[in-house]
Parts: sequence; structure tokens; C-alpha cells
Amino acid sequence: MVTAEIDKAKVLEWLSQVLDPEVPALSIVDLGIVRDIEIDSDEEEKVTVTLTPTYSGCPATEAIETSVVNALKRRGVGEVSIKRVLSPPWTTDWITESGREKLRRYGIAPPSPTLEIACPQCESLNTERVSEFGSTACKASWRCRECLEPFEYFKCL
Amino acid sequence: MTSDEALIAYTLRLADNALILSQRMLETVAAEPELEEELANANFALDFIGQARMLYTHAGELEGQGRSEDDLAFMRDEHEFRSLLLLEQPNGHFGDALVRQFLFEAFYLHLLESLTRCTDQGLSAIAVRALKEVQYHFRHSSQWMIRLGDGTELSHERVQGSLSDAWRYTGEMFVADDVDLAMQKNFDGPDLADIQKLWRRDVEKTVAEATLTLPDDEWMVSGGKQGQHSEHLGFLLAEMQYLQRSFPGVTW
Repeated sequence: MVTAEIDKAKVLEWLSQVLDPEVPALSIVDLGIVRDIEIDSDEEEKVTVTLTPTYSGCPATEAIETSVVNALKRRGVGEVSIKRVLSPPWTTDWITESGREKLRRYGIAPPSPTLEIACPQCESLNTERVSEFGSTACKASWRCRECLEPFEYFKCL
Repeated sequence: MTSDEALIAYTLRLADNALILSQRMLETVAAEPELEEELANANFALDFIGQARMLYTHAGELEGQGRSEDDLAFMRDEHEFRSLLLLEQPNGHFGDALVRQFLFEAFYLHLLESLTRCTDQGLSAIAVRALKEVQYHFRHSSQWMIRLGDGTELSHERVQGSLSDAWRYTGEMFVADDVDLAMQKNFDGPDLADIQKLWRRDVEKTVAEATLTLPDDEWMVSGGKQGQHSEHLGFLLAEMQYLQRSFPGVTW
């Protein structure tokens, strides 16, 4: 059991180490799906984490919830519960700035409101879409005309 | 029927529509004519399954009898399903499946848009989430309608045939029954006459661009919303429900 007082910042730091299983470059905090953290220290330490799904059919939803419970229990939190909220809905605007940078470094072009997609390898804007759909619901397949590397683009939603 | 019963029935209809259509789409996974379409179809089917899960969970909570999403999806019989007849029709060829998708999504898009303003908070939150997904589905199916209709002589002829065959199933989408009316009256739900106008406008626009001809409104089949289905639904459910029926309560 932990003896030190836990606070929201501490829990948020722990959650920053829980990765999105489909885009493991991002933590669930980078992805912007952690909506709230409540700590109830009255009796046994109890933490409630509020999460929102990305796409309706995202197959990672349950896996992420299990990872959150495990991550907090491993740090000695007595009881963890997960709340799911739908409103306001997740959009790619919820991805943090540092999350966007991590995507780029991982080789995935971050969402862009314009159709000027920079190649994550060589930063050229001379790129083209190969397919609007990709390996997961959130990504499209692109190709760079300069360095000729194919890459994935995290679609705007 | 109390207004709560109407809300549950309405939510189940939406859930059944999403589930039955996704099951049909899943039948073509690994059998699409090209890779991009393969990915699109699987992603869209997954969106519909996700929507069905949220809707069944919500219906189960409203009902308050402890039925889970799985109970509602896998342990109900054919006559208890309230999905549209259009959605259970077999996939046929690529054009048949496309037309089914296009005609339904043109309707579903406006239905969801209206439901984002309904007074049941659970349902409006699901509608906001789902609407974002159905917008890109509909863009995709509209593009294919134009590509096939305004394509070769053969593709034009075949997709025109698909449109004529599917047309008779579109009528029941807009026939408001007690459940629809109660939803509209008590929860600011959609007015199906308004939805029909928007649907017609969008369908006409794409059909014209695709150089296709809109079929005449002749005899329309109905009954899906009341649980009277075509012979196809039973076969679909037999396959989909097999595991849960054989091993009740089985989990991963």
C-alpha cells in the first residue's frame, strides 16, 4: 500500500505511461482521452478515471481500460474504477501538442486541418494520398514524392 | 406504450440497424475487389459495431432488467429484431451492397443529425459520436455511386439495376409508427417527414450526378420495424448468434 498521499498530478503522471495499444507512440494522456480524475481518500484510497472512446468501434477501448486499472493498482491504489463518457465527443483536436510531435517522430503524420500533409521523414509537402483508409480507423495511407517513403497519416476527425 | 417504453424500443431499433448492417458488411471482409475498399469496408463495419454496442448498452440501462449488450445482440429471436428490411438483404454483387449502404446512410445521417438534439442525453451523446463517422461513410458511398453510375456501360447498367431492386425497401424508413411518434413528441425526436425530404434531396443529387435514374415510388415493402422480416434475417442471425446460443454466457 502507498502511504504517501496521492494527488491528481501523480495519477496523471502514471497515466502518461499508459500507451495506446494501436499507436504505441502515444500515451492516453497525449491522445486526449483522459477527461477527469477523481480521488476519494475517505476510506480506502479510491481513484476514478473518466475516459472517452475515440472511434465508436475502437477495439482498444477495453484494453486501455484494463491497462489503466493495472497501472494504478501496480502503484498501490486500492480501488480503481473507470467511467466512460461520450460527451463532448473526442476529436483529433484533443491530441496534445507533445502528442503531435511524438507521432511525427514515430513516423505518423499528425492530423492537419489543411490537406498539406508533410512527410514525417523528410518534411516535404510534396506528398500524395494512396488510400483514405489504413491499418486502423484513424489512419490513412500516404506516400512522399520526394523521399519516396510510404507513411501513415492520422486523419482529422 | 409509456414514453420510456417508446425510448427503449427506439434505441433498440437503432442498435439493430447498426448491428445487422455491420454483420452483412463483415461477410465481405477479405472479399472486396481492391485493397482500399477492403480497408474502408472493414473500418466502416467496425464503426457500426461500435455504435450498436453503445446503443444496446444504453437500451439495456434504460430497461433496467440487467440485459447486457451481448444479451440483446445474441439472445433475441428474429421477430424481436426491429431493423429495416433493406439492411438484411443479401450482399449480392458490389453494386447491390453499395446501393444498400448509400440509401441507408443518406437516411441515417439526417436521422442522427436530428437525434443530436433529442432530449435523452444518452442517445444524443451517441448520435454526436456516430454522426462524425457516418459523414465520412456517406461521402465514400456517394463517390462510389458516381464512379459506377457514370462509369462504363456495364457498371452503369448494373448499379441502375441495384437501385431499382433496393428502392422498394426505402419506404419503411419514413413510415412513422407509434414508437417514432412517441419519440418525436416526448423526446424531441426526428420528424420522419422532414428526414424524408432531406434524404430525397441528397439521393436525387448524387443519382443525377451518377447519370442514374431514380426509380418510381411503387409498392413499398415494410414490416422490419415491427419485427416482420424477410426470409434472409433468420439465416443471418443463425450464423451471427451461433456461438452465444451454443455456449450461453461464454466469454473470452
